[in-house]
Amino acid sequence: MLTKEQIAQRIAQEMEDGYYVNLGIGIPTLVANYIPEGISVEFQSENGILGMGPFPFEGEEDADLINAGKQTITAQPGAAFFNSSTSFAMIRGQHVQMTVLGAMEVAQNGDIANWKIPGKMVKGMGGAMDLVASAENIIVAMMHTNKKGDSKLLTKCTLPLTGVNCVKKIVTNLAVLEVKDNAFHLMERAPGVGVEEIQAATEGKLIVDGDVPEMKL
Amino acid sequence: MISKVVENANAAVQGLQDDMTLMLGGFGLCGIPENAISAIRANGAKNLTCISNNAGVDDFGLGLLLQTRQIKKMISSYVGENDLFEKQMLSGVLDVELVPQGTLAERCRAAGAGIPAFYTPAGYGTEVALGKEVRWFKGKPHILEHAFEADFAFVKAWKGDETGNLIFKGTARNFNPLMAMAGKVTVAEVEELVPVGTLDPNEIHTPGIFVQRIFKGTNYEKRIEQRTVRQREDAG
Repeated sequence: MLTKEQIAQRIAQEMEDGYYVNLGIGIPTLVANYIPEGISVEFQSENGILGMGPFPFEGEEDADLINAGKQTITAQPGAAFFNSSTSFAMIRGQHVQMTVLGAMEVAQNGDIANWKIPGKMVKGMGGAMDLVASAENIIVAMMHTNKKGDSKLLTKCTLPLTGVNCVKKIVTNLAVLEVKDNAFHLMERAPGVGVEEIQAATEGKLIVDGDVPEMKL
Repeated sequence: MISKVVENANAAVQGLQDDMTLMLGGFGLCGIPENAISAIRANGAKNLTCISNNAGVDDFGLGLLLQTRQIKKMISSYVGENDLFEKQMLSGVLDVELVPQGTLAERCRAAGAGIPAFYTPAGYGTEVALGKEVRWFKGKPHILEHAFEADFAFVKAWKGDETGNLIFKGTARNFNPLMAMAGKVTVAEVEELVPVGTLDPNEIHTPGIFVQRIFKGTNYEKRIEQRTVRQREDAG
């Protein structure tokens, strides 16, 4: 079973040289720590920066330089700042090549729910609806089941949707799955995790085609 | 040269009345019009509709106008950082319209650009799309979204000149240039107010034509919401 850091590490393997990448809050943020050797990518944060760097050294925090999680950050050499409309032009216009975000539920048709739980305080969707509506390459980083142990990979989402038919790939603590043809396709297993365990944790339709390899980290 | 300079924040909010719709720039607490918010509080106008990406925190930013119950409705993309906000929303004192962030930005931009409405894919198939016209373009569904209308836009810039040309700093730019375009009266507050001719025309982010009033702000707190740092020994 993967840790959150290992989920991030596995997702980082999906990055290709020259990619512009938008990382969501939570596990997706960790992906920046595992960029493969020899690959150059730039991180976009939707509040208006391309070329986001690591957190600043203590004492060098700048209130005018934050990411979409409102954390203080730095700008890499070659970074650019822009307004929110330009930022979402990059996203909706599919100039950003990869989007990684968390989810509360994903359905086998690619629907995603990650912004609202009825009866609980509604904080808002932020940029998530714009991101999932347009990105070609959306990877969901999440645990396979919720805290109660219920599957987050469902036949149909039960929570209010963030977007429809948009998730292409999911990396969980148990597996790598592709979402297509109205099913979850098991591509890789986490080290030491069997197909039965993944099947048991997946409420939606799971396709297992032949021997499923263990993922390499 | 047309001078837009007003003496201070209180002069800048002149004409603000009950029931008006305001735009306020900023993302979180980054790039918010701190001085204008204080002046709006002092002005006391009530039943305001505020268009702003976030709603501040309990004791800063738009939280200050929630304390005084001046806000009737918030139009935002994310409002999670504010207990007072939650209380007022749950008790029905405060109405909230949640808008996807890119749509929020574009509804501001469109308002200033003379575009009454536009289609966007964001929100299709979700509750955001309820009651909205759907059209398919290039095989994909889109929903119709309308430009905002705002009586005032309050923006915060780093530098500005007497005629209202503005330059923003870092990620404090965010919604500010878009809202500057959209207000019937746009009020810019700046950290540095310089004479005309001082700023390089190549570097202007918001041309002065969009700005009706400008003043030099004072006592900027620039509060940091999430102070995240790395240790020096981690430096590679």
